[in-house]
Amino acid sequence: MTILLHHGFIIYAHLWLIPLAPLLGFLINGLIGRRLPKWLVTTVALLAPLASFSAVLCDASPSVIPAVETFGTWINLGSLHIDFSLALDQLSLVMLLVVTGVGFLIHIYSVGYMHDDPGYARYFSYLNLFLFFMTTLVLAGNVLVMFVGWEGVGLASYLLIGFWFNKTSAASAGMKAFVVNRIGDFGFLIGIFFLLANFGTLTFSEIAAKLAASPAWTGGILTTICLCLLIGATGKSAQLPLYVWLPDAMEGPTPVSALIHAATMVTAGVYMIARFHFLFDRSPFALSVVAIVGAATALFAATMGLAQNDIKRVLAYSTISQLGYMFLGCGVAAYSAAIFHLMTHAFFKALLFLAAGSVIHALGGEQDLRKMGGLRKKIPITFWTMTAAVFAISGFPGFSGFYSKDAILAAAFAQGAFGTVLWGVGVLTAGITALYMFRLWYLAFFGDSRSPDVQAHESPWSMLGPLVLLAFFSIGGGWVTFGGRFYDFLAPVTGPRVEAGDPSLEYALMAVAVTVGFIGWLIAHLHFKPGSLHIAPEGTEPTGFNKLLVNKYYVDEIYNALLVRPLLFISRYILGWVVDGAILGGAAWLLGGTSMFGGAILQRWQSGNLRSYAAWLAAGAAAVLLFVLLAGSPHAWIPSFFHFAQIHGVSHTTVSQLSQAGH
Amino acid sequence: MQQDVPLTWYLLLSAALFCLGIVGFLLKRNIITVFMSIELMLNAVNLSFVTFAHQWHAVKGQIFVFFVMMVAAAEAAVGLAIIIAVFRVRNTLSVDRIDLMKL
Repeated sequence: MTILLHHGFIIYAHLWLIPLAPLLGFLINGLIGRRLPKWLVTTVALLAPLASFSAVLCDASPSVIPAVETFGTWINLGSLHIDFSLALDQLSLVMLLVVTGVGFLIHIYSVGYMHDDPGYARYFSYLNLFLFFMTTLVLAGNVLVMFVGWEGVGLASYLLIGFWFNKTSAASAGMKAFVVNRIGDFGFLIGIFFLLANFGTLTFSEIAAKLAASPAWTGGILTTICLCLLIGATGKSAQLPLYVWLPDAMEGPTPVSALIHAATMVTAGVYMIARFHFLFDRSPFALSVVAIVGAATALFAATMGLAQNDIKRVLAYSTISQLGYMFLGCGVAAYSAAIFHLMTHAFFKALLFLAAGSVIHALGGEQDLRKMGGLRKKIPITFWTMTAAVFAISGFPGFSGFYSKDAILAAAFAQGAFGTVLWGVGVLTAGITALYMFRLWYLAFFGDSRSPDVQAHESPWSMLGPLVLLAFFSIGGGWVTFGGRFYDFLAPVTGPRVEAGDPSLEYALMAVAVTVGFIGWLIAHLHFKPGSLHIAPEGTEPTGFNKLLVNKYYVDEIYNALLVRPLLFISRYILGWVVDGAILGGAAWLLGGTSMFGGAILQRWQSGNLRSYAAWLAAGAAAVLLFVLLAGSPHAWIPSFFHFAQIHGVSHTTVSQLSQAGH
Repeated sequence: MQQDVPLTWYLLLSAALFCLGIVGFLLKRNIITVFMSIELMLNAVNLSFVTFAHQWHAVKGQIFVFFVMMVAAAEAAVGLAIIIAVFRVRNTLSVDRIDLMKL
């Protein structure tokens, strides 16, 4: 353990406390939660993230950071040495505050949202399990510990997407998420192997030190490693081409979508790239790929968000799009801006999902925007908090999303001609973002109710409390950047801030982005304001570009035809029928059949007649005796008998001679 | 050592007793008779043990006889208990009718 001297006292950061608390919560609620009273399940479930959050707050002091704690050796093979180590620095601290803080609020919200669910204890045990793995991922001191957390959050995500496993769609959505993530994880693993082969260590600080020792080392194998890591990141963070699992993941309970599939887990890819920034900095090509993937995903997902009618799916595509912004930020080496957007996004996107959950709750499970409307007066607190989030994500000045998005766009613009294109895509995406968010806003809250027979009711305070708190963060969460404090705080880990240049240029860029945002609002206002709203009746086929959008560019269909069907064919027929059925199954049947056939014959011996057994015994004894007599020289067959005869100095040919020997 | 009875006779007697035991074991259906046949075989073996022990002036054979007698006594105790238990359940002493364990 690292010992930090502080005013003469020895201070341990006790980093293990942070993942331990949710692990205990998971064990208690997961093992005996069903037999505990509900209030106790709730207490355990809420204490776990609260304890974690408190531990993080206790460690958030300059006397502790950076801290590295090692809890024994994991692997010790020749030159390879890997410890169970946790590390806390500025980057992981920001991430931990988001994970445990927002996580705690969502736990509170879940108490209200999941109140009547029969799987109440199971739900909270999974949620705590997720927090355990997520804090492990963030705190990891080496890549392997990070990978454990990485796989673990994937598991928790799978369990929670398929939480209502009686629904076929939920079960298969969970599987889809898991399988698509496996593809990304494969890339991550290959990257880890490359790291091991080229650096001989998996500890972040040691890799950084080795890179620092050879400043001329760029490109080459580093590019390969970075691209492998990027594949891992695109899987977890739902970027092109592996984004397809995230919209389906909306089958899970809404607080899960808020916590895992919006605020925390899906940002793990961004965190991983920021954590490895010393690698990516050495490979301009890999960085450009990151930026292109991010920008393309941002635009692509935003357009798909335009045509969705399920309120949660709109938010899912919006999440993919915003994650694209973060990748764009990483790709232009503005890691602190990307992490900043990660933080503000966690606030406003968690709020958007929780508010959407409140809307769904109010309407008794209705998720279709076409059947909403007129909710502004009926659920005012949900409406106002949602409004704060919509303004934040659309990047209106003063709201948190404005500062972080602006920082990323400005950093992109500073990258020359290539950067200008990225900036253009980003600004266009900002306009589309405002458009689809205000579309959702108008459709859900304005005009007349389109399901008049449903009595909308405001949610309980356990749900509204987190909404209000998150609304404050969505508005004010961006103010930490005033005077560049946030970037200065992260600078020891992620390097200095990337700036656009002179302030007047930054203000001009800002003005353009805000104007585009307002244009998005204006278009939404013209199309979806109560008077001009036109909703196509059920069953009408969309046409033209709209049809393409409604069908999400047919990406799922293309993946199905190109990848899923051939794979299924190979699995089912070649591997399933030929290899498993014919070859392996045939061999097993052959072995088993031979034994059964032999047994069928030999079982006749087992007559149950005691005297027949005795007769066989006697016959056997007689046969042995006869053999000994006739074979003449038994020592080759019965060595012990031979031995006996040798000791007594007698001839060993026959039994009858034995009787003579004594005389 | 008195030479009036030759060694062969003892062994022949032992072999005859042993064969009688086997025949009784194989042919009799009453489980108690079967049991007695086993005792007969054990005692035939005992006889050849003491014969050789006497012939070679070795005490090993006689010690073995004690072991065999001890095992036979234990076997008699356990075996008779089993026989009584079986008789209570099955109401028969015929070995041919105690065949529930076959396939």
